[in-house]
Amino acid sequence: MTGESAPDLKIPVPRGPVPVAPPPRPRNTVELTIDGRSVAVPEGATLLEAARQLGIDTPTLCYLENLTPVNVCRICVVEVENSRTLVPACSRKVEPGMVVKTDSERVRLSRRMVLELLASSVDVSTAPQFQDYMARYGATPERFGPPAPPAAAGERDAARPGHHHAPHGADAATVHQPVKVDNDLYVRDYSKCIVCYKCVEACGTDAQNTFAIAVAGRGFDARISTEFDVPLTDSACVYCGNCIGVCPTGALMFKSEHDMRQAGTWDETRQTATDTICAYCGVGCTLTVHVQDEKIVKVTSPLDHDVTHGHLCIKGRFGWEFVNQRE
Amino acid sequence: MDLHFTADEATAEERAAIEGCLAALSMHGNRRQYLLPVLHAIQGRIGWISRGALNHACRALEVPPAEAFGVADFYAMFQTRPQPPVAVHVCDDVGCRFKGGEALCAEMERALGPAGAGGAADRITWHRSPCLGLCERAPAALVISAGDPPRDQDLAPAAGEDLLRVAAGQAAPVADLALSVPQAGQAGLTLLRRVGQIDPTSLDAYRAAGGFLALRRAIEMGPDRVVREVIDAKLVGRGGAAFPTGQKWLGARSAPLPRYLICNADESEPGTFKDRVLMEHDPFSLIEAMTIAGFATGCERGYLYIRGEYPLATARLENAIRRCYERGYLGANVLGDGVRFDIELRRGAGAYICGEETALMNSLEGRRGEPRNKPPFPTQVGLFGQPTVINNVETMVNVLPILLAGGKAYAAIGTERSTGPKLFCVSGHVERPGVYEFPFGITLRELLAAAGGVTGRLQAILLGGAAGGFVTPEQLDIPLTFEGTRAAGASLGSAVVMPFDDTVDLRQVLRRIAQFFRDESCGQCVPCRVGTVRQEELLHRLATDQPFGSVEQELGLLKELGQAMRDASICGLGHTASSAIESALGRFPIFQDARQETR
Amino acid sequence: MGGGTSSYREIEETDVILLWGSNARETHPIFFHHVLKGLHNGARMYAVDPRKTSSAHWAARHLPLHVGTDVALANAVAREILAAGLENRDFIAHATSGFEDFARHVQPYTLDYAAEVTGVPAEVIREMAHAYARADRAQLCWTLGITEHHNAVDNVRSLINLSLLTGHVGRWGSGVCPLRGQNNVQGGGDMGALPDRLPGVQHVENDELRAKFEQAWGCTIPPKKGWHLSGMFEAMERGDLTALYVIGENPANSEADQHHAIHLLENLEILVVQDMLLTATAELADVVLPAAAGWCESEGTVTNSERRVQRVRRALPPPAGVRDDIEILLELARRMGKDLGNPTAEELWNELRSLSPVHAGMSYARLEELNGIQWPCYDESHPGESYLHGRLWERPVLGPRAPFACVDHRLPFEELSPEFPIRLTTGRRLDSYNTGVQTGHFASPLRRGETIDLHPADARRLGVAEGETVRIVSARGAVLAPVLLDEGLRPGLAFMTFHFPDQVATNELTVDAKDPQSGTSEFKAAAVRIEPVGRSLVTAEAEVAAPVSV
Repeated sequence: MTGESAPDLKIPVPRGPVPVAPPPRPRNTVELTIDGRSVAVPEGATLLEAARQLGIDTPTLCYLENLTPVNVCRICVVEVENSRTLVPACSRKVEPGMVVKTDSERVRLSRRMVLELLASSVDVSTAPQFQDYMARYGATPERFGPPAPPAAAGERDAARPGHHHAPHGADAATVHQPVKVDNDLYVRDYSKCIVCYKCVEACGTDAQNTFAIAVAGRGFDARISTEFDVPLTDSACVYCGNCIGVCPTGALMFKSEHDMRQAGTWDETRQTATDTICAYCGVGCTLTVHVQDEKIVKVTSPLDHDVTHGHLCIKGRFGWEFVNQRE
Repeated sequence: MDLHFTADEATAEERAAIEGCLAALSMHGNRRQYLLPVLHAIQGRIGWISRGALNHACRALEVPPAEAFGVADFYAMFQTRPQPPVAVHVCDDVGCRFKGGEALCAEMERALGPAGAGGAADRITWHRSPCLGLCERAPAALVISAGDPPRDQDLAPAAGEDLLRVAAGQAAPVADLALSVPQAGQAGLTLLRRVGQIDPTSLDAYRAAGGFLALRRAIEMGPDRVVREVIDAKLVGRGGAAFPTGQKWLGARSAPLPRYLICNADESEPGTFKDRVLMEHDPFSLIEAMTIAGFATGCERGYLYIRGEYPLATARLENAIRRCYERGYLGANVLGDGVRFDIELRRGAGAYICGEETALMNSLEGRRGEPRNKPPFPTQVGLFGQPTVINNVETMVNVLPILLAGGKAYAAIGTERSTGPKLFCVSGHVERPGVYEFPFGITLRELLAAAGGVTGRLQAILLGGAAGGFVTPEQLDIPLTFEGTRAAGASLGSAVVMPFDDTVDLRQVLRRIAQFFRDESCGQCVPCRVGTVRQEELLHRLATDQPFGSVEQELGLLKELGQAMRDASICGLGHTASSAIESALGRFPIFQDARQETR
Repeated sequence: MGGGTSSYREIEETDVILLWGSNARETHPIFFHHVLKGLHNGARMYAVDPRKTSSAHWAARHLPLHVGTDVALANAVAREILAAGLENRDFIAHATSGFEDFARHVQPYTLDYAAEVTGVPAEVIREMAHAYARADRAQLCWTLGITEHHNAVDNVRSLINLSLLTGHVGRWGSGVCPLRGQNNVQGGGDMGALPDRLPGVQHVENDELRAKFEQAWGCTIPPKKGWHLSGMFEAMERGDLTALYVIGENPANSEADQHHAIHLLENLEILVVQDMLLTATAELADVVLPAAAGWCESEGTVTNSERRVQRVRRALPPPAGVRDDIEILLELARRMGKDLGNPTAEELWNELRSLSPVHAGMSYARLEELNGIQWPCYDESHPGESYLHGRLWERPVLGPRAPFACVDHRLPFEELSPEFPIRLTTGRRLDSYNTGVQTGHFASPLRRGETIDLHPADARRLGVAEGETVRIVSARGAVLAPVLLDEGLRPGLAFMTFHFPDQVATNELTVDAKDPQSGTSEFKAAAVRIEPVGRSLVTAEAEVAAPVSV
């Protein structure tokens, strides 16, 4: 029992059965065919999980193991026999007898187009995964024309839903705009935002439940925003940085990383990443400490850890400055 | 939950608008679902939604302000920046722009300055608008005047001077029903039989004209029998997807409780106005039909989601619902038979996407109108995560003749696979535009003849709306049925029939359609969010003879784009965003004469 | 053995959560993520806290009890459960002792009495009692709101009584969960950093156990338990303790009645401080031993609030001239004439495993592979235990029965008076930690510095506005701090942190009345008065910079 046990307790308590979590409810097995190969997975599994079981690498952007699938990026679409449209592998549950193609020409066309649409409108330079996918699907975003110049600060935030300026034909519309820097811990570079909803989910019910940001606007003007685009410092933000943790493109970034990149000193080849435990409260969160030149440059947390599921609080994620500041 | 607010406080007037709205609501379930009504109340009173007002609303409804802002900023009818209290919305969509819409916009610009100009200190502003659902009386406009009470008035056909007078506070004249329903009063009508014949505000008049007989019969029959009649009638949904209604209802009956019923009255497909006419001129029939649907499917609560730009229909339905509660046709004990059915009327706020059933559900829940991925389907997981039956207005009211005549007799109307009477929305270059009722199977030629024939030389017909497609003058013998249009490579959609004469530049029509989808995409999925932008850019380049590479390359890219949107988008909007454009390109030599060389 | 009986995951799968004296949303944010998952899964939460904290905002019901009336509330909950016949009779008969006495003991704690004493309406107490007792699974979590009182152990026992009464312990999803305030409070205690324990939570006064260690270590261990922290300060006061070696603590800022504590530290014959930063305590020291930041410059283990032993690893080298704690201790031993060699952290851990049965199965390799292991873990085939006290449900029960404790309500040590009419309670904020030694260095956008948080009604009564500096006076000292208005407080209740000792020495106000068993001071309940300073902010701030007693 907690608190004080009797000091005269001399005999160790006899060991009983090992207390463990109750086993998950047994699930039926569903058999289906993917790319001509048969696979059996538990009922309720997704096509993505089934494909992974076969070692098929399905590209994803808005999917992350620790978030509820929102299936908005559509890069994971696959072809399911007798389905009028392609279906998102990340969220579509397996059904018995499904016949799935993950690399048909139809699939490749849609994946290529998703990449081209994003790369022609968003700065994907800090999304390394993206470059791999582009090569794999032969994406040539230049087909849509040269990128339009960046919008002025606040211009995209002022868009009226249901209205836009007619295109003029010379270039392809983009989301490029100045970086938002309103605090010392992290920056928001929405030129790099593919609106994958991950940050909103991490700020919302999937982790932090603070709801400081949401998707605002509509259509191409859809964007991640605080209420009325107020600075983070006026918003509900508690600087847990879990949005940075899930951002797939570097749109959300530690200010330390952003500043080093600006200065040209950021060099991941010179960095180490070491797992340790947070020094603050007694929860015991695993921190991955990223060190370059004997200085901590950022802190993340592994997704597959039972304590954090990849999520931290402001102290764990940012409270390491004192280590760098010691002489 | 622990909410955080900025320091901004609501003004006394904003508070009054919010409190007044909350007091008038009979709250049911979670509070967040009342976000749209509260935002309407603020917008209606003030003309825009300030930070302080949003904070106050969020405190009352326990909604995080960032999320509420994301909702407010989703809908075209909500403004989150200071605005003049009066806003004139002028339709420049495909139905109106060639029938005086553009001229009307030019007049507004002369009188009021550029579209969207003006701040809180000004009196009037104006905006271009997508289809206002008044196509039969083009050109159309809607004047929204903030105040206590707010006043929304539509005006069609609209002349510039009249419009400015209405914007200045004058009452809009009552429209002539004959302009909307040329068949009004004719014998042999089923769905339109009461339109123009009775006082649409009077429950007694509705009863005297056969109202509530179907409901009484339904209660005598019991739910199973009602569902069987609907199955026997082979009724299919009139909203565009043509799903068998009886199957939907049957499926719902075995789903867990509570279940919800929704009537989709978010009629926003460009060129569509039939539901509006029904709701304006026979509102009690919809209430009766919803009550039957609720009874048959075991739903005790129905939501009637009407598009925000339908002021007259909204007022008529509000009145009808109130009268029905007063007289025991709605509530805890319908017709004294122990049946419980409640209806809540909810207004949309300017978002075509909310006509998509799952987007509509999100909107009802106080969220952005973003469609959900299917499966699961609404009959399993719908409104508030519960099984939900959703039918369009016209589908719903067809239940009345089914119960009165019997399912089998109803099935004898129309064709084997498209049964019953059908409403058609005829607009554009015809002599007598309007809503027409004919049994399924009438040909396009016959329908146009009934509407007095095409004015001028026919160039093309838009069938089924912006999400539909074009047919050529050679295809006039298409039977207007689901199967007939499909066989002709077209779609009946929401039964839009909009002929264009040869003075119309089809490239402009296509650009307007592309603009429409770009404006109305919810922005959730990449293929549609960016694809609709690229599609519009491509059409612009083609229409202005400035292709990147050759025209062939551009047309090839357009086709690939269309395929990706059709294949990989989440919902019907993305799936159909290229269909009208692709059908036009396939049938008309629109861009063939453009220059071919590389720029 | 002391430790949370449940795993974090269990709170995601429980039905009722009692969050008692804990603002986990701010003080244990990632634990609160698990709570939020539970809430989203349908759990119903009751928050017992004098303040309506951000945690309490997530509760179905908030029970704003008067500071220090937890035993009265807990006993009333117990009485109500009994009165309604909702106790788990099978479990009580099978696995507990002392029930009859306990049932008699709580009889006077009627709902009306408790409502009177705690200020929580009777029907809310009743609702919580019924919800907790009727739940299939229920978790009872607490933090410093329970333990930073002069009757901390009574508080804890009164809560444990509830879990015994309802059988909410020893099963998946049901348990008691004390959240540890610091990252290795659990591990430090488990490793023997308690006055009465040897490593592995083995009692020093048990001859058999002590002999095992003496044999392994080749030395004699004093057979009597030592002093806990407050016992040491009492010993300093008496003059029995004249030399102090402080490793990674900052008592000059963190002790209650700080003025007095500093006085005692200054009067020591020798004070040695080993720390990674030059703390206020280090500034008083005769010798300072600069130490590595354990969490990122050293190898080793820590243990969290779900008893999970986890590896800490060296991510970067310490600055020049700074040594690892182990290295310092070994060097010190060498200088004292005992060469302990140069064992690595892992070698030391393996020695611990050989002496502590509950850690025996935790090799570094397994800790690595399993992302940490929850004790007890008896051998290398043992998976660790996700919850404790399953033994109470075995038939027959394994080991001793769990005893009910008859404890009574006692008011906070320092009662309110006309001179000191306001109850000051203390705690933490999200972005800061204890005395701010570590958190003071990062640019938190949330940081507002020290404030005295008041209910708007108190501020009005005192005629002070938000941001205005006031003097807060207790029987021990006085400080100046600006006012922050908080609707989550109640009139008569004020709140401060001690994150900013350089700005405001909050612990000059707190009372060093201690729980005789745990040695923890009653940081949660001081009596103060608040005075408008009636002077310009500049003057007031000058005074803040040089705190004085009045």
